[in-house]
Amino acid sequence: MHMADALVSPAVGGAMWVASAGLIAGCAGQVKRSARENVVPLMGVLGAFVFTAQMINFSIPGTGSSGHLGGGLILAVLLGPPAAFLVIASVLTVQALFFADGGLLALGCNIFNLGVYPAFIAYPFLYRPLAGDRRHSARVWAAAVMAAVAGLQLGAFSVVLETRASGISDLPFGTFVWLMQPIHLAIGLVEGLATAAVVTFVARARPESLYQSPAGSAVPGGGKPVLAGLLVAAALMGGILSWFASTHPDGLEWSIARTSGRAPVAEAKPWPAVSAETSGTGLKGGVLTLLLAGAIGLVLRWRR
Amino acid sequence: MNAGHWLEVDRLEELARLEAPAQRVDARVKAVVTLVFVVCVMSYSRYQVSALMPFFLYPIAMLARGRIPAGYLFRKILMAAPFALAVAVFNPFFDRAPMAALGPVTISGGWLSFASVMLRFLLTVGAALILVACTGMHRLCAGLESLGMPRVFAVQLLFLHRYLFVVAEEGGRMTRSLEMRGARLRALPGRVYGSLLGHLLMRALARADRVYRAMVARGFDGEIRLLRPTSLRGSDWGFLLGWTAFFVAARIWNLADLLGGLLSGGVS
Repeated sequence: MHMADALVSPAVGGAMWVASAGLIAGCAGQVKRSARENVVPLMGVLGAFVFTAQMINFSIPGTGSSGHLGGGLILAVLLGPPAAFLVIASVLTVQALFFADGGLLALGCNIFNLGVYPAFIAYPFLYRPLAGDRRHSARVWAAAVMAAVAGLQLGAFSVVLETRASGISDLPFGTFVWLMQPIHLAIGLVEGLATAAVVTFVARARPESLYQSPAGSAVPGGGKPVLAGLLVAAALMGGILSWFASTHPDGLEWSIARTSGRAPVAEAKPWPAVSAETSGTGLKGGVLTLLLAGAIGLVLRWRR
Repeated sequence: MNAGHWLEVDRLEELARLEAPAQRVDARVKAVVTLVFVVCVMSYSRYQVSALMPFFLYPIAMLARGRIPAGYLFRKILMAAPFALAVAVFNPFFDRAPMAALGPVTISGGWLSFASVMLRFLLTVGAALILVACTGMHRLCAGLESLGMPRVFAVQLLFLHRYLFVVAEEGGRMTRSLEMRGARLRALPGRVYGSLLGHLLMRALARADRVYRAMVARGFDGEIRLLRPTSLRGSDWGFLLGWTAFFVAARIWNLADLLGGLLSGGVS
């Protein structure tokens, strides 16, 4: 579900960066104030655990395919929302920097899509009320599956919205939604099962290591900074979407253009000049520039 | 679990320790230049191809000045390509309006935007990898912290990076021992998976506990101290201003078109 840089426009990427950075700052403050000193190495090691867990597959009964843990929900169960959000954000940052998974501009979107929903919505509003304090029963399994599915559905829908607002992919909205949501329903199911399997095992083997939210701060995320971040994000998304809607032919116009032939499509997009001459120059210049850049690289390599 | 994959990550860190001109540039400067680069590249309209070409100068120059093998970097980028490809590959089918002509061949807008997306993918992902390859995690985190990243998050990144390999090796040992006991399975049955991952989690928790005790034994008082980055030198300012000016210039004027026009004008 990682979005790539190449599909995000600077406006959308920047807006999501601001939202995610604000959430990170808020969560960092909360973790610092919680004054659990040992949480620092714990967060680091659990991040590494999620990385490793993503490489071990289990078979999905009856289908012949396999899946793995995504990590957001289990981190929330183990650490509580603010610390879990920081760990997810750090995992995604390392993936962007070292594995070329996602990208720098899309990092804000990815942190938001994969971090906010499991940590601040699925865990506090679905998992905790449903699972309660029980750790062995079928309720844990049901809660984990429902929370994971909800988190991933919301995340997948955000991916669609952000891609759409960026206007780089031509996939029509409806098609994209129909592509993304069912796939992530399956992925969410798998994620929920994996999370429940690990949680019930740890509950049996070492119950004291499961996170117990301190009395009084069981409110999702502990309040204001998170809410403020979400509001800012919502406002920014709204702004971008409306701006986008006014400058770009929407799905309806698009389908009209498709059914009535090609001409209106060409009219609807006046940006680049269409002429053999300019595109020829562009191609020549482009190739030449590339060669020039390569030559400069060679020169730099020689004289060190 | 692919051990080769992990060794490759370690290699990125090794490259960062080289003594080369690109590695000597201050981490903050490189981070800012990379961000400007990515924003400039992504701010083009979706049909732009030729104007992106001048931006290849930056990664190529950094590869040369940082002694980073281009083939290695390219392979890493290819591993991440499927997602961008998966979404962009539909463009040619949905957008068939003719956009450009090369002699007798007309190119549809879809193909043009497909090429544009793939080029941008190459540029932006390459720039991020280059940033790490010529900076290294420690200097990068210290630099970002002094640029305003919350310290808790900087420390979290460093811890994650440090224990990535430790926990991954633990996981590798567990899967190897499982395989040696005869379970040559690509995917594990649910019960086995739960207990395997649960054990891995408990080992990770035990490791975190040991790390914490070791930190306390060395005087950890709840406050993490990061290395202070040194002040910027003249050459750092030159790097920052020079590249930013180049990116902005390339963004405002289509340098490739100018060059092509110059050439065509000179020939005819």
